[in-house]
Amino acid sequence: MAAQRTLNHRPLIKKLLLITALMFGFGFALVPLYDVFCDITGINGKTSTMAATADKAVPDTKRQVTIEFLARPNADMPWLFQPQIRKLQVHPGEIQLVYYEAENPTGLTMTGQAVPSVSPGQAALYFNKMECFCFNQQVLTSGQKLLMPLQFYVDPALPEQFSTITLSYTLYDMTKHYPAETVAARVPTGGSDE
Amino acid sequence: MSTMTTEPHQPTDALQHDEHHHAPPAGLKRWLYTTNHKDIGTLYLLFALTMFFIGGAMAMVIRAELFQPGLQLVQADFFNQMTTVHGLIMVFGAVMPAFTGLANWLIPMMIGAPDMALPRMNNWSFWILPFAFTILLLSLFMEGGGPNFGWTFYAPLSTKYSGDSTALFVFSVHIMGISSIMGAINVIVTIFNLRAPGMTWMKMPLFVWTWLITAFLLIAVMPVLAGAVTMVLTDKYFGTSFFDAAGGGDPVLFQHIFWFFGHPEVYIMILPAFGIVSSIVPTFARKPLFGYASMVYATSSIALLSFLVWAHHMFTTGMPVFAELFFMYCTMLIAVPTGVKVFNWVATMWRGAMTFEVPMMFALAFIVLFTIGGFSGLMLAITPADFQYHDTYFVVAHFHYVLVTGAVFSIIAAAYYWLPKWTGHMYDEKLGQWHFWCSLISVNLLFFPMHFVGLAGMPRRIPDYALQFADFNALISIGGFAFGLSQLLFVWLLVKCIRGGDKATAQVWEGAEGLEWQLSSPPPYHSFTTPPEIK
Amino acid sequence: MAKAHRYRCSLLSLLFVEMASAAEMPLNMTQGVTDISQQVYDLHMTIFYICCAIGLVVFGIMFWSILHHRKAKGIQPAQFHESTKVEILWTAIPVVILIVMAIPATKTLIAMEDTTDADVTVLITGSQWKWHYKYLDYPVEYYSLLATPRKQIDNKIAKGENYLLEVDRPLVIPTGKKVRFLTTSDDVIHSWWVPAFAVKKDANPGFINESWAMVNTPGVYRGQCAELCGKDHGFMPVVVIAKEPAEFEQWIRTAAETQAKAKAAEQELLSMNMSMTDAMALGEKTYLGYCAACHQAGGQGLAGAFPALKGSKMATTSSELAAHINIVLHGKAGTAMQAFGKQLTLQEIAAVITYERNAWDNNTGDLVQAAAIHAAKSSGKE
Repeated sequence: MAAQRTLNHRPLIKKLLLITALMFGFGFALVPLYDVFCDITGINGKTSTMAATADKAVPDTKRQVTIEFLARPNADMPWLFQPQIRKLQVHPGEIQLVYYEAENPTGLTMTGQAVPSVSPGQAALYFNKMECFCFNQQVLTSGQKLLMPLQFYVDPALPEQFSTITLSYTLYDMTKHYPAETVAARVPTGGSDE
Repeated sequence: MSTMTTEPHQPTDALQHDEHHHAPPAGLKRWLYTTNHKDIGTLYLLFALTMFFIGGAMAMVIRAELFQPGLQLVQADFFNQMTTVHGLIMVFGAVMPAFTGLANWLIPMMIGAPDMALPRMNNWSFWILPFAFTILLLSLFMEGGGPNFGWTFYAPLSTKYSGDSTALFVFSVHIMGISSIMGAINVIVTIFNLRAPGMTWMKMPLFVWTWLITAFLLIAVMPVLAGAVTMVLTDKYFGTSFFDAAGGGDPVLFQHIFWFFGHPEVYIMILPAFGIVSSIVPTFARKPLFGYASMVYATSSIALLSFLVWAHHMFTTGMPVFAELFFMYCTMLIAVPTGVKVFNWVATMWRGAMTFEVPMMFALAFIVLFTIGGFSGLMLAITPADFQYHDTYFVVAHFHYVLVTGAVFSIIAAAYYWLPKWTGHMYDEKLGQWHFWCSLISVNLLFFPMHFVGLAGMPRRIPDYALQFADFNALISIGGFAFGLSQLLFVWLLVKCIRGGDKATAQVWEGAEGLEWQLSSPPPYHSFTTPPEIK
Repeated sequence: MAKAHRYRCSLLSLLFVEMASAAEMPLNMTQGVTDISQQVYDLHMTIFYICCAIGLVVFGIMFWSILHHRKAKGIQPAQFHESTKVEILWTAIPVVILIVMAIPATKTLIAMEDTTDADVTVLITGSQWKWHYKYLDYPVEYYSLLATPRKQIDNKIAKGENYLLEVDRPLVIPTGKKVRFLTTSDDVIHSWWVPAFAVKKDANPGFINESWAMVNTPGVYRGQCAELCGKDHGFMPVVVIAKEPAEFEQWIRTAAETQAKAKAAEQELLSMNMSMTDAMALGEKTYLGYCAACHQAGGQGLAGAFPALKGSKMATTSSELAAHINIVLHGKAGTAMQAFGKQLTLQEIAAVITYERNAWDNNTGDLVQAAAIHAAKSSGKE
C-alpha cells in the first residue's frame, strides 16, 4: 500500500472510539456471556436457576450414580441447615425427591437464600432440578423449622467417567436485601412443626 | 487536532515561519501547555523515571521487611498495601508511560511526520497521569490505608472486604486507562495518516510496528479493565453482585474479566521493548535486522494469541480439564513466535561487526535475561506443574525477569541509545558501563534466587516466611538494595548528559539507520515540517 | 568483555546443574509423597531440562558471536538479512518440541482431575485466617489455626523449627487411600496447597472445588494458603498428617468420641458458672488466639483498621453488653470482624467477652456466662 498521507483524522478517530466503546461494552457483556457459557458447559458447577422438565427422565437401570448432599450455612447465617440424607444411590433418569432441613433458631424473622454448587463442574450440566428450594428466597419466622424439597434427576447422558456428584448448598442471610414482606409467601411442605 | 493548517494552505510555509518566529515559551507554561511531541515525550519519560523510584521505594520497604523472618518493620496490612501499590505504580506509572514517552519522541521522527496526529489530546493524555497517581498515592494516607488487595484486586477481597481507598483506586485506574486509550488512538492515527510519502508499511522501523500493534491491544483491552474496575465499584457501593455468590454472581468471573485485560496487558508492556531491541542490535552489529517481515508477523501473532491465553493465570480456580488443556496449549504456542524473535536477533548479530556501547550491553542483557523469563513462563504454562508454581515466588521471579530485565532494561537501553539525539550530548560512556554492570549483577542477585524459594514452597504476597527461606531472602534483599542504588548512577548520568557532554553528531552511532538519524542532535523543535524523501 | 560473558555463561550453567541435582535442598520442587506429585516433579524437570538445552544452544551461539563477530577484530559485517527456509525451521522445531512436552503434561493433568471413587472425603473451608476441616464420612469437624506464638513473629522469642508452618489441629488422612478434598470459603478467595501432594485448589466463596491425593508415605506435610486473602494471608498454614489406615481409623474414632463428648459437655456447662479467675484465664487464652491478631494483645487495635477494645464504649458500658455479645457472635458484615459464634464454644465466647470487659483497665466487673451466650444466640442477631 503506497503511503497516503492525510490530515483528515476524523474518520479513523471515529472508528477507534467505536472499537473502544464496543470493548467497554464487551467487558460488561462478559457477565451474561459467562453465565451462558457456564450453562452450556457447566464449567463452574452452577446449575440452572430454572426448573428442568421431565422429558429426559428415562431411567437407566444399568447404571448407578452416587449423589452427595452438603449444606453450609454461611459464616454469619445462624440458621441450622442440613440435608436429610447425606448420600443417595440413583439411576440416571430416575426422578428423586430429597429434603433439606432448615431451622431459624433466632428471635427474628429472616430471609435466606441457598446457592447451589455442583462438583465436578461438568456434571452440573446433567443435574436437572425440577423443583428446588434454591429457586427462591425462603422466609422463616422465629423458631420455625422447614423441610425444603429438592426434586431432581440425573440426565442419562451423564458421561461415563462421573460416578459421584456432590451437590453443596451455601445458605446466605438475605434479610437485609429481601425483608420477609417482599418475599412471596411460601407454603412449607412437610413437617413444619417438628 | 493537528497543528497543521487545512489542505489548501501551504502547511510547510506556515510552520517554517513559526520556527523562526517562536521558540517554545519558557518555564512552567511551556511544559503545562505544550503540544509538542518532543516535550510531551520528555514529560512522560521524566514522569516514568520518578514513578520508577517511588515504586522502587515501596519495593525497598518490601525487601527490608523480607530481609529476615519475623515482622520487624511494618504491619502485615501495610505490607499488602506496599505490594499492591508497588505493582500498580510500576505497571501503570513507570513501564507504560515510559514506552509512551518513547513513542511520542520517536514515532513522528521515525516516520517523517512533524508531530503526533492529535497534539492537544496528547497534552491531556500526559497531564492526567500525575493527577491519577497523586490520588492513588494519597489514598495510602487514608484512615484504613490504601489498596491492599494486590494489583490484580480479586473480588471479593477488593469488594466486600476492602476499605474506602478502593473508591480512589478505581477512580485513579479509570484516569490511567483514559490516558492510555487516548495515547493509543494518537499513535494509531499518527502511523496510519502521517507517514511520509513513500514510507510503506513494510518500510516502517520495527519500533513503529511494535507500537502500532501495542496501540491496538490497548484500545482493545483497557476498556475491559475499565469495566472490571467499575463492576468492583458497584459491587462494593451500589448493591450489584457481579462477583458475589449470595446474589447469584461468581468471584471467578472477576478473574476472567480481569485477565482478559491482564494478559494482553503484559504484551502491551513488552512489544515496544521488542521494537527497541530490534532498533539497537542492528545498529551495533552494523548489519540489517534479520527477518524483518518475520518479525512483523511474529509480533502480530503474539498480539493475537495474547487474547487466547488469559486463563493460564487461573489454573487453580477449578476449571474443567478441557479448558485447562486449551489454555495450556495456547500458552505453550506463544513461545513459538517469541522464540522466532530471539532467533532473529541472534541472527542479526551473527557475522556482524559488533561494538559494545552501553545501549548494546543493555540490549544483549535483555535478550538473555528476557529469554530466561520466557523459559520460566513456558514452565508455568505446563498446567500440572503450574499447580506447584502458582502464587509462589516462582511466578514473582518469572514476571520480574520479563518486566525488569525485559521491559525496564529495554527502556534504559532506549534512553542511552537516543539520549544523544534528544539532548545533543553524548552521555558518559564509562558511567554508563558502571550503571550497566552494577544493575546486571544486582538484578540477578535480586530475582534469580526467587526461582529457588518459589520452587521450595514460598508463597507470594506474604510479609513473613518459614525459616528454610531465610537465607535466600536475605540475598534477594541485598540484591534489591544494590539494584535500587545502582539506578542512582543512571540519574546522575542523565543529569550530566542533559547539562552537557561531548557534542553528538546527527548520526551519533556508526551503524544507525532511520529517519531520526537524519535530523540534527538535538533535532529542531519542529522537525520534518516538510516530509522527507523515502528511498 | 569476552571474559565476563564467558564467566556469566558458566556461572549460569553451574547454577542450573546445581538446581537439577538439588532435589533434597530447598532449591527445587519437592518430589512429594504421591504418584501424582512425582509425575508433576518429572514434568517440571523435563521442561526445565528442555529450557536449559535450548538456552545453552541459543546463548552459546550468541556468546560465540559476541566473542568473534566484533568490529575490533577488523571483520566486515555481512549483509544477509532474511531466509524463509531458516524461519520455517526455527518455527517448526519449537512446535515439535512443544508437542512432545504437551503429551505427558496432558496425561498427568487428566489423572489429576479425576476425583472419582474416593475413599475418604474432607470438606475444607477457608476463612480469614484459618482452615476448617469436616470429614463427610465421619462426625468429626474442627478449625485449624496457626499455632506459632505471636511472640515469635514479633521477634521477642526465638523461632521454632516449624515457624509459621504449624497448626493447633492438623488434618489427618489415611495413606494408601484416595482422599478427596472439597474446598470452599466463607469469605474471600483462599487456596489450599500442600506441595508434598501437588494439590493446590482455590477456595471460592459460594462454590466448591474438588481435588484429591493418595499419599504413599505416612508423615507430616506442610503447606500454606496460596491466594492473597487479607492481612494474615501468610499466617494460615496447612498441616496434614498421613497415618496408616489402621492408625487413621483409630484416630478418627477417638476424635469422633471426643467431639461428641465435648458437645454433650457444653450442654452441661450451660448450667455451670465460671469463676472470674477461670473466665479471665480462658478469656485471655482465647483472646490471644483469636482476637489479638487484629485488636492487638494490649487491646489498642490499629487506628483506621481495627477498633480498640481498651477503653472502648462497647467494652466498658454495661448497656452495651448485649451489643458486645452480638458482635462477637455474629461479626460485622462488610468488615474483617468475623462471626465467632460457630468457631468458639459458648464458654470460650463468654470468657473472651469477660476478658475484654475487664482487662486493660476496662474493669467493668462484668462476668459473662455461657448460658447468656446461648440465650443471645437463640434470640438472633441485630
